[in-house]
Amino acid sequence: MSIIMLLTMAVELDGDRVAVTAGEEHLTYRDLLERSRALGAELSEQGAENVALLDLNTAAFPIALFGAAAAGVPLAPLNYRLADDRLSEAVARLSPVALFQGPGVSNQVAVGPADTLLPTGALLAAATAGPATADQGAVDDMADPESPAVLLFTSGTTGTPKIAVLRHRHLFSYVTSTVEFGHAGPEEAIMVSVPNYHIAGISSVLGSVFAGRRIVQLPSFSPEAWVETAARERITHAMVVPTMLGRILDVLEERGEKLPALRHLSYGGGRMPVPVVERAVGDLPHVDFVNAYGLTETSSTVTILGPEDHREAMASLDPAVRARLGSVGRPVPSIELEVRDHDGRVLGAGEVGEVFVRGEQVAGEYTSHKAVADDGWYATRDQGHLDADGFLFLRGRADDIIVRGGENISPEEVEDVLASHPAVAAAAVVGVPDLEWGERVEAVIVLEPGAADPSAELTAWVRERLRSTRVPSAVHVRPQLPFNETGKLLRRVVREELAKGGTSS
Amino acid sequence: MKVGKRLKSTVCSTNVVVVRAADVTLSCGGAPVVEELAGEPSGELATGLDGGTQLGKRYVHEPSGLEVMCVQAGTGSLSVDGVVLEVKAAKSLPASD
Repeated sequence: MSIIMLLTMAVELDGDRVAVTAGEEHLTYRDLLERSRALGAELSEQGAENVALLDLNTAAFPIALFGAAAAGVPLAPLNYRLADDRLSEAVARLSPVALFQGPGVSNQVAVGPADTLLPTGALLAAATAGPATADQGAVDDMADPESPAVLLFTSGTTGTPKIAVLRHRHLFSYVTSTVEFGHAGPEEAIMVSVPNYHIAGISSVLGSVFAGRRIVQLPSFSPEAWVETAARERITHAMVVPTMLGRILDVLEERGEKLPALRHLSYGGGRMPVPVVERAVGDLPHVDFVNAYGLTETSSTVTILGPEDHREAMASLDPAVRARLGSVGRPVPSIELEVRDHDGRVLGAGEVGEVFVRGEQVAGEYTSHKAVADDGWYATRDQGHLDADGFLFLRGRADDIIVRGGENISPEEVEDVLASHPAVAAAAVVGVPDLEWGERVEAVIVLEPGAADPSAELTAWVRERLRSTRVPSAVHVRPQLPFNETGKLLRRVVREELAKGGTSS
Repeated sequence: MKVGKRLKSTVCSTNVVVVRAADVTLSCGGAPVVEELAGEPSGELATGLDGGTQLGKRYVHEPSGLEVMCVQAGTGSLSVDGVVLEVKAAKSLPASD
């Protein structure tokens, strides 16, 4: 059981089909397997314990992913947006490591004496030299299912990032239980625009190989490049994170582009505002939409709001069904999911608590410690509730919950009300240390272009719609909110800034 | 038999990987499957156990809970105690990433 087995099976089905398109370059499944095995042989000879990749989404990524697996060592894709000193620290933690750096990234990373730093050009050249055949591939596509396949650094904005470990059995189970083998039609193509150091960038490649769906790598995201690539490559499938979708829709509307080949768009990786979903469904009526919720630690998706769920919600006059556009759907069949309170009691429909998941794809493990319980349950640190039909609604990270005078307040609830004001484009709500209440509620807002500052009337706006404890004691206007590059609102950054005080409102 | 192991037919090209292990003897084409196969598969398929295996399909033996996935197709049928294993219906999920 190894992720390479996903590839040998694809070769067995049809080795001549194109597996990967990156710019002008095309790799068939057989090319990909041969190059991965050649790289694997070279890595084994070299004796590196880890492989690291610092690259945009190019052909090097799938080769490095399967090549590392062929050598029985894990691949650690690195975030090229990190500062050089932090990247050097990350590399030191992986030593002895073979680091490959792509021509599209300009980082200056320091490596130790036991490490190697080579351009991805060397990786690609090495990988073409090998005389490997697909037949050989079929007999040695095994790895110890327990061995790590991927190491991913968590984003941790404070403290040392953790390194999440995903073993072969986790990724193999995830892919084989959520994707039907070889079911993609020959015309299907998926665009991967999520960076390769994000779990969705990895699971997208693995799942598409198993499905037999051509992968088109978008080197780095811009809404223009996304739309142009989608049109040129006749993309049928794509996955985007929240910050991408609104910008893509802007470009589509501006150009009057309809992307007739596109049929399936999934989104996830953070909270997607319902108005953006509604706009997307309106702009692209021929497209199936899928909302997925997952974590690095769970090998990606654990719940799905499918195309039919979207259509039902859009068409429904029942507010409970309509509200599902803001849900992340129901657990995939291979995942058990519970919402629990602080004492571990399993909660019923409508009760907010922490989301727990269990299943073979759940790794819940870091190089430093194991975070999964002995009985297999993993605490996601996400707050949420299930509705009567089992749809999951997320209410933010447990760490973001504001505790005001003993009362738990979900920042999203207040943010949604603030953002519904016509002058407010976006809002972030956090708890700020308070002598009387422990924490008080404060908000940072971004104004709609040209709108007058509505701060004075926002208190009344929130009070009319929510309990008085939810009303922000201060509202600050900022030109923008801090998001990470995959669209997650960094409330921690807002909280730290406001807690320091001295901020103007 | 261990989860993650590749098991090979001795009489046809079928290979499976164990998804859920059970304490039973899995056969293909009527002959027990093996972990290591010296040389090429040889011999005759047993009558009634020649329906073949399909690449990428999961096969289950309900009584024991055994579940395997076919990673290389062949002409033999998978069986436990002479009972042919059934193909597990594929769950068709929308692509999420």
